[in-house]
Amino acid sequence: MQRVGVFVCWCGSNIAGTVDVQAVAEALKSEPGVVFSTDYQYMCSQAGQDMIKTAVKEHNLTGIVVCSCSPRMHEATFRKTAAAAGLNPYMVEIANIREQCSWVHKDMATGTEKAIILGKAAVAKVNLNAPLTPGESPVTKRALVIGGGIAGIQTALDIADAGFEVDIVEKNPTIGGKMAQLDKTFPTLDCAACILTPKMVDVAQNEKIRIFSYSEVTDVKGFVGNFDVTIKKNARYVKEEICTGCGACLEKCPMKKIPNEFNLGMDNRTAIYIPFAQAVPKVATIDPTACTMLKKGKCGICSKVCTAGAIDYTQKDEYIEEKYGAIVVATGFNPISMDKFDEFAYSQSKDVITSLEFERLTNAAGPSAGKLLRPSDGKHPHTIVFVQCVGSRCEACAEKGKEYCSKICCMYTAKHAMLTRDKYPDTEVYVFYIDVRTPGKNFDEFYRRAVEEFGVKYIKGMVGKVTPEGDKLKVQASDLIANKQLHIDADLVVLAAAIEPDKSARPLATMLTASMDTNDFFTEAHPKLRPVESPTAGVFLSGACQGPKDIPETVSQAGAAASKVIGLLAKDKLTGNPCVASSDELMCNGCSSCANVCPYGAITYAEKEFRMPDRTTKVRRVAEVNPAVCQGCGACTVACPSGAMDLKGFANLQIMAEVDAICK
Amino acid sequence: MKVSYFPGCTLKNKAKDLDLYSYKSASALGVTLEEIENWQCCGGVFTSADDEVATKLSSVRALKYAFERNEPLVTVCSACHNVIKQTNYAMQTNKTFADKVNRYMAEDSYNGEAEVYHYLEMLRDLVGFDTLKEKVVNSLKGKKIAAYYGCLLLRPNKVMRMDDPENPTIMEDFIRALGADAVVYAKRNECCGGYISVESPDSARRNSNAVVKNAKAAGAEMIITACPLCKYNLEKNGADIPVVYFTELLAEALGVKEDTNA
Repeated sequence: MQRVGVFVCWCGSNIAGTVDVQAVAEALKSEPGVVFSTDYQYMCSQAGQDMIKTAVKEHNLTGIVVCSCSPRMHEATFRKTAAAAGLNPYMVEIANIREQCSWVHKDMATGTEKAIILGKAAVAKVNLNAPLTPGESPVTKRALVIGGGIAGIQTALDIADAGFEVDIVEKNPTIGGKMAQLDKTFPTLDCAACILTPKMVDVAQNEKIRIFSYSEVTDVKGFVGNFDVTIKKNARYVKEEICTGCGACLEKCPMKKIPNEFNLGMDNRTAIYIPFAQAVPKVATIDPTACTMLKKGKCGICSKVCTAGAIDYTQKDEYIEEKYGAIVVATGFNPISMDKFDEFAYSQSKDVITSLEFERLTNAAGPSAGKLLRPSDGKHPHTIVFVQCVGSRCEACAEKGKEYCSKICCMYTAKHAMLTRDKYPDTEVYVFYIDVRTPGKNFDEFYRRAVEEFGVKYIKGMVGKVTPEGDKLKVQASDLIANKQLHIDADLVVLAAAIEPDKSARPLATMLTASMDTNDFFTEAHPKLRPVESPTAGVFLSGACQGPKDIPETVSQAGAAASKVIGLLAKDKLTGNPCVASSDELMCNGCSSCANVCPYGAITYAEKEFRMPDRTTKVRRVAEVNPAVCQGCGACTVACPSGAMDLKGFANLQIMAEVDAICK
Repeated sequence: MKVSYFPGCTLKNKAKDLDLYSYKSASALGVTLEEIENWQCCGGVFTSADDEVATKLSSVRALKYAFERNEPLVTVCSACHNVIKQTNYAMQTNKTFADKVNRYMAEDSYNGEAEVYHYLEMLRDLVGFDTLKEKVVNSLKGKKIAAYYGCLLLRPNKVMRMDDPENPTIMEDFIRALGADAVVYAKRNECCGGYISVESPDSARRNSNAVVKNAKAAGAEMIITACPLCKYNLEKNGADIPVVYFTELLAEALGVKEDTNA
């Protein structure tokens, strides 16, 4: 039998206002095992903790029950107190008589009665507690960053800066991501390339960073501190280490009509290509779907003109296995397809474009060399209509768009409108909006400038229909403030398409056992207090894979994720949570129910030899829990049909004892 | 498959083709259209007046008929479809209205239990466009056909629940199932002018002309519709490409059009 001490906290008047704390302490005195019971104004204070320590010594306590606030608040505090008094920290139980009692009750009699019951349950449980010791595991001091956009780049640079090795896996032939496609960045209007490309070069030159471009993660095993990752390096048919990026092959390649992804298909590239001049790594890649040599075995011109001898048509996909201590997800976003929004005539007219296409049209390295010209006829547009929230905040049509706000569109549309008016003052610019949402440092000032200094016509209302007619786009819209229908003859219509997580995120989340929300954004461990960590230990989130974000916010989050990774990699050993599941192999029948419900992949199976009652031996398949991966959620203990699975610290017997105490 | 069929009065007069080809095509697809006994005119318009009951009774009778036979109620005219679906929705959601209506009904009360399908929905959801594709005998390959939805077929969306009213695809998918090219154009879901052609023929002409002009500019050689009034307005206002009922096109593709004149 334990020797239990009960400590009832007043929490000032938070608890004592609705619960008769003395009566609670008195009532719990007569519970089995209780040898000491008292109350105090602030149990978490230094004086309160000292009171616990003294009582442990004086009364030889082996278990402690603190009736106070939620264990989320102070369980760790009281465990430390117990450890300081020489007790195993897991011999402490908290009865939550604040959030679950005093705060929700008004009547003193009811509150007191319930507090006593909760206290009794905690006493019943602590009587069955056993000392627990957390295990330790080593840490591989290398991080993996998945995605090489600005989020991944910044995270990798910050981790490398702290002296740890980092690998970036990027599925495209170059790092840079969406930011590399942008022209100018709000609110300062510095050019995206000017601030991004030096960082890309930093990444390439940093000895701590390796870039796996044109590669993808295909398998993840292991757990925090000890991930085993398989990376598939897609064959680019060019020897990366030899190619000098001279571009001679690009000039001679006869396949010149391949839509150029980097310019969103608004111009063409060759079958062997370098995505853009500042690409990192600056090496050529052969598109196997377009190259006649790879498809039909005819041509081979690039191989002839390559003085370095870098072309290798026989190259195969390569699989690399690597160990990591931490994984950062930075898979980014894409604008949604405009297929379901043909009321804006995107498929009907070349002059209806998305905002990202507009970025390319105004970029000096874009298809029109930075001149704002209509894609259809190359003429200068004189009236431009910007439509915001295309697919964002789409409540009535969730199957069509997204219910959330894409967050970045108000600012980039203001930027587009302002830059257009600045460069081409003869152009009329309309912006249709539901709300203008521009919070952020210098953001609202930026938007006001677009309206007040640059004369952009902002109209509250939505565009209902765009009808191509001749060389005009007839825009039918509503002005909600003037309560009027508007008809505008536009030359160019720009759609601020909603953004969504990259399609690679969902399979990756499955591999990482990291959770996602219904929109396929990665979920953070806590929306306020742990915003850059995934609930899966050792997996961190950077950038728009967690939710729509602009560049400043992405970079902040990237840095925050890096600091969390550094904190993890700086440790030599990780202390685990001892409240993990364990399986009684004698009772386990190997049915896999537990492994099927385990969200962390902590359960594996082993063939084990058992001695049978008749002195024979038999090999049986039984479950094994990896304590370093198990997060102690308890799902397996509920799923186990034979009762073999149990959770340390929350054993079935303990839970039943609590229930019995409550129902007595 | 057997369904209860509500043709509507226009289909027995001006729009006989719509009706005839509906029957022919359905039977080629293995669907029996069973005409509801003693059906009456739907009223043509769903009046928004809450206390207007009399004009909606015929719809309720038709709905109840289908429900009692445990059959889906299929209708093909845009206006009938609109009125019947709106009436059914009112019977489901407006208790006062349903109570009032049920006092006119013999025997058991009706509360919107029947399922209403437009003929196009029947093709998509009950027959399946893939099945339809397989049954096509005369492929319409190479024909450039524009779908004209008009205003009534899809709206109000929360009641019709048929397709996205701003960017519909059901008729385009139908056209593609028959092997033809669907011409997508902006004004496919704009109003033809409707009944305004009585009061202000000029307004109706403006609307109808804009639709035809837009469809032609997008390359259409033919326009299909489900609505007798749309067909009337487009043709009366000088459409210079054929405007036909979608069921006629369907009958042609299924190879059952020819014997209709017999």
